[in-house]
Amino acid sequence: MAENKGILVYGELAGGKLASITTELLGCGRKLADDLKEDLSCLLVSDTVGEASKEAIAFGADRVYTVEDASLKQYQADSYMQVAEKLAKELSPRAILMGQTSIGRDLAPRLAFRLGVDLATDCLELSIDPEAKLLMRTRPVYGGNAQATFSSELMPQITTVRTKAMSPMERDDSRKGEVIPTKVEIDASKIRTKIVETIKEEVAGIKLEDAPVIVTGGRGVGGPEPFKTTLKELADILHGAVGATRPPADNGWVPSAMHIGLTGKIVAPDIYIAVAVSGASQHVAGCSGSKNIIAINKDPEANIFKEAKFGVVGKYEEVVPAFTNKLKEILAG
Amino acid sequence: MPINMIVCCKQVPDPEAPPAVFKVAGNKMTLPADVKPVISPYDENALEAALRIKEKTGGKITALSLGNKLVRDVIKKSLAVGADELILLEDEAFEESDSWSTAYALATAIKKIGQYDLIFCGRQAADWDAGQTGLGIAEILGIPAVSVARKVEVTDGKVRIEQVIPDGYEIVEVALPTLITVTSELGDLRYAALKGIMAAAKKQPTVWKPADIGLEPSQVGAAGRHSKLNKLFQPVKEAKCEIIEGDSPEEAGANLAVKLREAKLL
Repeated sequence: MAENKGILVYGELAGGKLASITTELLGCGRKLADDLKEDLSCLLVSDTVGEASKEAIAFGADRVYTVEDASLKQYQADSYMQVAEKLAKELSPRAILMGQTSIGRDLAPRLAFRLGVDLATDCLELSIDPEAKLLMRTRPVYGGNAQATFSSELMPQITTVRTKAMSPMERDDSRKGEVIPTKVEIDASKIRTKIVETIKEEVAGIKLEDAPVIVTGGRGVGGPEPFKTTLKELADILHGAVGATRPPADNGWVPSAMHIGLTGKIVAPDIYIAVAVSGASQHVAGCSGSKNIIAINKDPEANIFKEAKFGVVGKYEEVVPAFTNKLKEILAG
Repeated sequence: MPINMIVCCKQVPDPEAPPAVFKVAGNKMTLPADVKPVISPYDENALEAALRIKEKTGGKITALSLGNKLVRDVIKKSLAVGADELILLEDEAFEESDSWSTAYALATAIKKIGQYDLIFCGRQAADWDAGQTGLGIAEILGIPAVSVARKVEVTDGKVRIEQVIPDGYEIVEVALPTLITVTSELGDLRYAALKGIMAAAKKQPTVWKPADIGLEPSQVGAAGRHSKLNKLFQPVKEAKCEIIEGDSPEEAGANLAVKLREAKLL
């Protein structure tokens, strides 16, 4: 068997451009590849890849493999697996990095089991052990109540990385790299699932992932109404978005697209205002990257105060409207 | 058409226990004895998905669990809510399994069970949060799999699944047999009725050792792992929250706004 070399980033596209997670993966993949004195490659799969391949080079890739096929317009495990398996075998990289995204979560375990190797999901930190040249992969476990570092001698070492955990490199359009269009014959008879319909649950206003300010309501908010009134008014003043912990989403108070947490969205805004949020580890996992967490909770022992920079102990129904009014006053100048 | 269903249920330390009780000692997670283990919450959602199909379409549910010294009244909750049978892969040799050795043993046991149309797993377990076992089982068995389902229905030999995607959901159709991983939006597991609890008390789980499914101890548990756990630790958090006071909650709220301006956050 050929020796496994180099780092391969499994890239994703968003609206024809490189997804932000992919720039983050290239940023950390570049460092790992430099530590190993090996190359960084990026795989891009879609119906048309277009300019994104050049972006991948500008963000750190030495080589970009593009696989284009009309059947790859939408992610489906059985078609995407054909590409991932073929390229993993042909390129035999030392490690494959994927995002802990809806696609990465679904594709990475299948690929690891298909290849008979190991996978570490949802990693926060990656480094190279200088002696064994193995990837040390650190990830949260027990709902964020601990972290664990894993390694494996099986190649490729497949890893998914949490969104916003890594920093992209500065974009440099003068970087040189090679784009290698690669043909993969997709065997349609192997696609066993059929997507009948895709339903978008649009959340009005700014997208959570992009919002500089997020106001999040927890179970303690008590029902669906405050998300549309008290919390929304606060978010609107700060040009922010409204999010929720898991119970409001599971109870149907808000669409699940608003769920922030280990199994929901991962966000890292400048200001994160947690209202009636207890601070369960599973939730904190989704917001701990925020620059400033502000907690409003009637329970002074609530775990969220351990995460917060500023806090108010009190019933949110009383605290938040007064907070909002004062902000209005201050911001009006 | 009655559907043969298998639901994989893992016993885990209660993830809802206060963060302070989770303590790492000797590279292992330890919890005080009074914190009772539970069935991993997403596995409970998976069990609920199977029960709904059993109600509507009819069928048989086999709950399957892997571990050692499994607590009977925890794991038998599956029987109390309506599973027909409970099979435990229970042995010292199954201890310290990773995603690979867990999926391998479960898939081997499922082959031994033989008849299955639908296999349900939680999207991830509340201890290691890896989210691999379900999809791994499907790979080993060579059957299709759909992940993060919030609704599952069976009609005319086909499964119709609502799969959660970042900003909504997809309706996916797939033929039987298939494996489905379930997410919390599907809904909580129902409470066990007294009748179910009584019936479960009389039933004994079937216990299989590695040899019962044709595996050597070297193929399971710690020996069968693909990953090495180098270190388990708890990062130290610097807790330094400044509590903003006021004579009333309203005043505290207003003072918070002033504070944020002072701290140049606005």
